Amino acid sequence: MEKFTQEHEWIRLDEDIATIGITDHAQSELGDIVFVELPEIGTKVSSGGEMATVESFKAASSVYAPVTGEVVEINETLGDDPAQVNTEPMGAGWFVKVKMDDVSQLDKLMDEAAYLALVS
Amino acid sequence: MAPFAGYMMPLNYGDGALKEHMACREGAAVFDVSHMAQLDITHSSGTSEPILAALEGLIPANLIDLPADKQRYGLFLNEGGGIIDDLMVINAGHYVRLVVNAACAEKDENWLQTHLSGFEISRCERALVAVQGPAAADVVAVHLRLPEKMAFMDVATSQFLGQEIQLSRSGYTGEDGFEISLPEAVAEAFVTALCCDGRVKMAGLVARDSLRLEAGLCLYGQDMDETISVAAASLQWAIPKIRRIGGARAGGFVGAEYTLPELQDGAATCRIGVLAPKGVPPRSGALIFDAETDGNQVGLVTSGAPSPCVGQPIAMLRVAVKAAADTPLFADVRGKRLELKRIKMPFVPHRFYRG
Repeated sequence: MEKFTQEHEWIRLDEDIATIGITDHAQSELGDIVFVELPEIGTKVSSGGEMATVESFKAASSVYAPVTGEVVEINETLGDDPAQVNTEPMGAGWFVKVKMDDVSQLDKLMDEAAYLALVS
Repeated sequence: MAPFAGYMMPLNYGDGALKEHMACREGAAVFDVSHMAQLDITHSSGTSEPILAALEGLIPANLIDLPADKQRYGLFLNEGGGIIDDLMVINAGHYVRLVVNAACAEKDENWLQTHLSGFEISRCERALVAVQGPAAADVVAVHLRLPEKMAFMDVATSQFLGQEIQLSRSGYTGEDGFEISLPEAVAEAFVTALCCDGRVKMAGLVARDSLRLEAGLCLYGQDMDETISVAAASLQWAIPKIRRIGGARAGGFVGAEYTLPELQDGAATCRIGVLAPKGVPPRSGALIFDAETDGNQVGLVTSGAPSPCVGQPIAMLRVAVKAAADTPLFADVRGKRLELKRIKMPFVPHRFYRG
């Protein structure tokens, strides 16, 4: 089950590994995505801190870490095909996997129903 | 939608800016540019000659020789040679129409009122629609009767739904196309009719910006402004020989004292085009350095974007003239230095219809 942030990211938890990406609403607001700048593996991210940058056709936008932890995997395929974020934002267009310091951080995030209510 | 010069403007329509951009290069794109101001100037003689002669006092172009039903690019300059606005001058025979940037319309109107006397100046409250692309002429000809011969920068009148409209063969994308001034009452019907053709897409501000950048054309407020001179913006081509030192009608325009000597001696900065490595596009405001680490700042990006036609990001820079030729150039984007490669502009060849 996914959790969502006010900043239009989704988080899918497997044990203590959070897979993170941006929502369909976010990709549609950004438009055609031409480049995604991801952190290096091993980077410590903290909730609310800058984690990645998305370059769309029209502008650059920051993506903030929704959780605190260490980046353990990044989606290398976005290098060749950043448009996956547009076509499959919640699937092949994921950004990073973060090993969370404290999974209870997710409790305060929105569930899908609450998020859809926010963007509708 | 985004606020732009006091208007709410679409950044893009449903299919996204990238598809709109390609529609303009491959088929045709329609832009609602009604935010641009159309300023009409008339004279009691009922002819445009005295108006064009007076405008030569404000615009360093050859306007006295501008034939009826032709338009020409021009610049308003301040006393110090800075660019107040860039504009189109249309000789409509019995009057002159200026098409100016939306954000500059009010100051332009005041500038005209201050410097011209004996003329009526009024805002023409009509819609303005640009149809641009290789299919533009085809698409427009379905709905409008066009003169047999109409080449780049020619102006004509026609009819749509019984209303008189004015069109020029021009635009700001580097493609063939038309800019069509028509009454608001029929504008929507006209655009709807154009869009029935499968080759046509409506296009918003984002595509308009990426298209004009690929065409190497300047955007007022970014690539030029009141602090930038003609030579510093590398717009020397906009001033013909006849208005330069040694020309038959040299000078005689506001800003000439600064502008004309500078055209001969050169400015401290100039505008150049560069390619950036695939990936991160350096955008407006990014600083330019002469080394990959440390080094000196030698300029900045005035416009930058991914270029769908070139296949990698492109940018226009304002750099020190001494760095323009062969100094290595790096753009600083979020702390990383990207190596830039000089390239001749336009980035994508112009395809104006020259007849």
